[in-house]
Amino acid sequence: MPPTSGLSTVVVVGASLAGLHAARALRHRGFDGPVTLVGAEAHAPYDRPPLSKQVLAGAWEPHRIQLGSSADDDLDLTFRLGETVIGLDVADRRLALAGGGHLAFDGLVIATGASPRRLDDGGRGGVHVLRSLDDCLALRADLDAGPGRVVVVGAGFIGAEVAATCRGRGLEVTLVEPLPVPLGRVLGGEVGATLGDVHRDEGVDVRLGVGVDAVEGGDRVERVRLSDGGAVDCDVVVVGIGVVPNTRWLEGSGLMLDDGVVADAACRVAPGIVAAGDVARWTHQRYGEALRVEHWDHAIGQGTHAGEALLAGDGALPFSPVPWFWSDQYDRKIMLAGRTQGADEVRIVDGSLAQRRFIALYRRGDQVVAALGVNRPGPLARWRLRLTDGVAWADALNDAAGA
Amino acid sequence: MRVVVDYDLCESNAVCMSVAPEVFEVRDDDFLYVLQEQPPDDLRAKVEEAVVRCPKQAITLEA
Repeated sequence: MPPTSGLSTVVVVGASLAGLHAARALRHRGFDGPVTLVGAEAHAPYDRPPLSKQVLAGAWEPHRIQLGSSADDDLDLTFRLGETVIGLDVADRRLALAGGGHLAFDGLVIATGASPRRLDDGGRGGVHVLRSLDDCLALRADLDAGPGRVVVVGAGFIGAEVAATCRGRGLEVTLVEPLPVPLGRVLGGEVGATLGDVHRDEGVDVRLGVGVDAVEGGDRVERVRLSDGGAVDCDVVVVGIGVVPNTRWLEGSGLMLDDGVVADAACRVAPGIVAAGDVARWTHQRYGEALRVEHWDHAIGQGTHAGEALLAGDGALPFSPVPWFWSDQYDRKIMLAGRTQGADEVRIVDGSLAQRRFIALYRRGDQVVAALGVNRPGPLARWRLRLTDGVAWADALNDAAGA
Repeated sequence: MRVVVDYDLCESNAVCMSVAPEVFEVRDDDFLYVLQEQPPDDLRAKVEEAVVRCPKQAITLEA
């Protein structure tokens, strides 16, 4: 890679959490050329986690989730909001805009995030995904109308939070999940089953091992037909079945795409081009594999790192954090640090599943690879710290027994 | 440097504790305790990181 300290103009494509933190990092590291953030949404950067919680509940209005702070006013960042980038010419160092214009750069941050997968709903009203503020407000308007029943498709974290928020609004909820255990692949059977039970205890009609075959109705949804032959009458459907990274604008650019834009260990995609956040698949040296991580905290960390890496060029350091995220459901605070994939064993070392207040450790080989906490934020923070340095399973069990 | 926590915003996510355990501790009662309200300058980088990483933006630094 050529030295990039001579960068004169940086464009950040994507004006959400990762892009904003990349821009801040450029300024904090002394870059004083023009920095332009291009955002497809018309809104100034905002915080997404409250979209499935406080904003959807109606407790917060959108102004509460602005990400920009007064400190950003001094950073001299240029925002081009409501503009979509449709193409990248790496050799000519320019971006094509949907409106027909071009934007030149010599340093580029790719932070376009991801878009939710949808069901084939025939364009019927009342069927929602939840990713953007506009998605949230459209869903909230439908919930305000007092639907008879809400069907949530997918019991991952977004679906689970939406189900919890809808119950909090006093709505009837059916949660449909194709897997036999919610989050079973990520968290293991016992822990996943416990999280599913939390929804049942809160009055959610939980249907596991069942897919949605069809979304039926007229102009608006009236029912979903399930793969077990059953049907659920409903006025609102919320689909939470994962996301697809926003890389269409990079097709034909020559950059490598593989369920995300491919970056090296330091988040570098090509000379003078870096990537961060949900869209970036980078080589995570700690785990020895290419990962894409969709978490809030990750977008901050990787956005910051990518901004620094753009300036550092050849001298950029690997980005190798322990992933961490949280999910709020009812009065439960669920947190996961580390990476559960490929775990050989799950053990509860603190509290109990029955209390719904516990720490579960995940073992791979002779090492602890992840810790899950339900309503145990303090201990989970300690495990998160220890995972950064690496923890032998035997030591972890000894320490947990002595705690 | 003085650490100020807005306890109306704080949800005890303990992110600050995993970034700067010398300064922040969420105890078994699930409340956040600030261990050093005026931490020494060598902890400044960590405390600033905790401010950024707080999901509720509940921590501020006063000069």
